[in-house]
Amino acid sequence: MKSFGYTITKDRQIDYDANDRRLIEYVEGIEPSIRICMECGSCSATCTAGHFTDFSIRRLHTLLQRGETLHLRKEIEKCMLCGKCQLVCPRGVNLRNLILIIHQALDKLHHDL
Amino acid sequence: MKIEGKKQIWNDYQKEIAEDHFFYVRSCIRQNFFPGSEKSFLRIMKEELKKDVYENPSHTTCSGIGYHTDIVPFETSMTMVARQFALMTEAGYENFTTSCITSFGLYSEVLNTWEHEPEMEEKAREFLYKATGREFKKPKNVSHASDVIYRFRKEIAEKGKYRLVNKLTGEPIRVVEHIGCHYSKMFPSKGVGGAEYPYVLIGMIEDWGGEVIDYPERRHCCGFGFRQYLVQANRGFSVSCSKKKFDSMEPYQPEMILTNCPGCPMFLDRWQYAISEMEGKTYGPDGTGIPVLTYEELAGLVLGHDPWDLGLQVHQVPVEPLLDKIGISYDPEKKFKAADGSDIGRPEAPVYLKFYPEQA
Repeated sequence: MKSFGYTITKDRQIDYDANDRRLIEYVEGIEPSIRICMECGSCSATCTAGHFTDFSIRRLHTLLQRGETLHLRKEIEKCMLCGKCQLVCPRGVNLRNLILIIHQALDKLHHDL
Repeated sequence: MKIEGKKQIWNDYQKEIAEDHFFYVRSCIRQNFFPGSEKSFLRIMKEELKKDVYENPSHTTCSGIGYHTDIVPFETSMTMVARQFALMTEAGYENFTTSCITSFGLYSEVLNTWEHEPEMEEKAREFLYKATGREFKKPKNVSHASDVIYRFRKEIAEKGKYRLVNKLTGEPIRVVEHIGCHYSKMFPSKGVGGAEYPYVLIGMIEDWGGEVIDYPERRHCCGFGFRQYLVQANRGFSVSCSKKKFDSMEPYQPEMILTNCPGCPMFLDRWQYAISEMEGKTYGPDGTGIPVLTYEELAGLVLGHDPWDLGLQVHQVPVEPLLDKIGISYDPEKKFKAADGSDIGRPEAPVYLKFYPEQA
């Protein structure tokens, strides 16, 4: 491939048709409480891991909904499963279970993301 | 019949386009990029439609590129525009027609400024008089050359030898239209159909037998954007813009792209080559690209002009697949021959983009 001294930037457009929604569909099937999340961000605000790293459960949720699941495995490894997010969640989403199901789903779908 | 939707919007944005006696100003860059286009416009207007078109060889750049890259101050641009109007006045013309979209945008901007700030007009008159001793009258009508072709599109269709129809299947040719940003995004009322649904190229395509494709990034910039391109390191912005458009139009399988701006055909054509060399991606079937034509070239093809007289051999994306589909006759041997039959040289074939005539 030739180089002309500049590069093509990858488009950041969110394409729901092209993105892989298998993961969110699997997670929603087992843990339907994720559907009532209103993305208030209380989980991220209280997150111990998020205090020291750039981990954010709210962002995780958004990316999951969009089907942008690249580097997801690496991201969820930052969670220490302390469950503080679950205590503050005003909607009562079972967040700890959610993280575990994502782990499970990644193994099940052989999704090397 | 009740008119609704886009048709209603097109009806709301109809501009006045002169019938005859045009003062024509050329583009700075088009003669290098698509050398046959302006010549084709003059040939169609003078020989086929028998119109009076005058051009003065002493007209200069409008300074639009310099203005939009913040190199030329507005007062200077205004004075240069005033000089073009002075040449028109001296020649006894009132209808101003430009080949370039950015010029068209700049002329519209200057006239609009003068309308709202008459002191700026006085300033321009003073600068022009002091610098050149010239005086001018404002044009009665400013139109882009594509407006003029749009106005005479039905006459061209009647005189035409070909229609934009696949000769084997009888299906209309699927065309993507791309309007230059400075045509109507700055002053929607100055463009046929306004900024959202510019009708100027659609009118031509429909009357010449083709089918217009609607796709998500239809109104997206081609990627020229002056400053994105003039510095080499910034060209990634430009090619990424064009790629976004190509990726968006690809699923609709367009057979050609029609443009009315100097920059758009250049970038939509050349970037297809650059993308193919950088990523190995081509947007047409079997390693071909999507041919990109200017409206003058297309009008010339419809009227039966020889493709090599129109300068189609300098396109980066070969146009032969399109010519074959419509059934336009051409001599592949003459592709790289000058008018006197001498060899003009053959470019190096791209690695991924299919090249015509194919090498054995």
